[in-house]
Amino acid sequence: MTWTAEDIQHWLKQFADQIHEHKDELTDLDQKIGDGDHGINMARGVKEMNKLFDEKTFATPGELFKAVAMVYIGKIGGASGPLYGSAMMKMASSAGTQETLSDKELIDALKAGKTAIEQRGKASVGEKTMVDVWVPLLQKFDGSDVDWNAFSDEADELKAKTKEMHAKKGRAAYLGARSVGHIDPGSASSALFFQTLAATARERG
Amino acid sequence: MDRVSLVFVSHSADIVKGIKALLYEMQPEVNIAVAGGEEDGGIGTNAMDIQQAIDTVYTDKGTVILFDLGSALLNAELAIDMAGDERLVKIADAPILEGGYAAVVEAGFGSSVDKVVDAAEKARSMRKIPQD
Ligand SMILES: Nc1ncnc2c1ncn2[C@@H]1O[C@H](COP(=O)(O)OP(=O)(O)O)[C@@H](O)[C@H]1O
Ligand SMILES: [Mg+2]
Repeated sequence: MTWTAEDIQHWLKQFADQIHEHKDELTDLDQKIGDGDHGINMARGVKEMNKLFDEKTFATPGELFKAVAMVYIGKIGGASGPLYGSAMMKMASSAGTQETLSDKELIDALKAGKTAIEQRGKASVGEKTMVDVWVPLLQKFDGSDVDWNAFSDEADELKAKTKEMHAKKGRAAYLGARSVGHIDPGSASSALFFQTLAATARERG
Repeated sequence: MDRVSLVFVSHSADIVKGIKALLYEMQPEVNIAVAGGEEDGGIGTNAMDIQQAIDTVYTDKGTVILFDLGSALLNAELAIDMAGDERLVKIADAPILEGGYAAVVEAGFGSSVDKVVDAAEKARSMRKIPQD
């Protein structure tokens, strides 16, 4: 499909709805292997993002990503704030001033976001962080002819796979082997991010 | 004398407030700014606050950041990137209190940013209980 700023806004509003719906679940996951604030952090960020959407309309996806980046950086907090915020910032540069994005261009922007997360957090695949969803997912789907159902399922499976991982980065790393057996909270919120993207593509594409 | 300034970043506003008070006793000539806690009073760090703290004490001599735990580092690095300019700001890989103590002493002598970072990082291996 062709993504306008309004389509992207629709996606991110769905993401916000899902974060609110799963807020307690995300917080519970973080309670097990972190400090129990991931749901609260994400909810605070997306609530502020919705406020931004109420107040402002955006001419281009790039402009929208940039404004959302500033909100995430300022409001989410924790490790996930600078990570999601840096991703959005790089997505903005990748989207540039184009009025619309093709699926391929949107996936390219997400890949730039993925790289930003890797650089900011210095985590690799297998260390039980959101990188375990972002990296393999965007490796598998390079943007041409995306099967959005498969995309969505893959995001869910990648999230589930973090359960058996031993945390090496972030707060959960302090738990060492005791982190095994619990899904990584940042991977759970990332799965919602990608699943709502896929849902928007299916609904509007 | 122009001295390197220090920025302390912690998940807790109380921690950095206490550190600042302690170091001020030690060396009042070094400018110190702090960023700690979330705006709602909660625990956490925030890149915007860190950027602001740097702005308040920055001089051409440079600024050194000391931080407490994991995500404080992510936010400190992001704050430096966001400023996106040529400012001389370095992050010390050091325990926040002992490293901060060493840093304020070194900065007090008018040393360079690299020397202040070095002094802070040496605190990592300094024994606290004398061995005979
Ligand atoms: N260095 C890192 N690289 C990538 N992701 C990370 C890193 N550190 C933490 N995360 C992600 O952030 C999530 C935790 O976010 P959150 O609870 O909001 O922040 P905090 O850990 O500071 O409390 C983790 O589940 C993990 O997915
Ligand atoms: Mg947490």
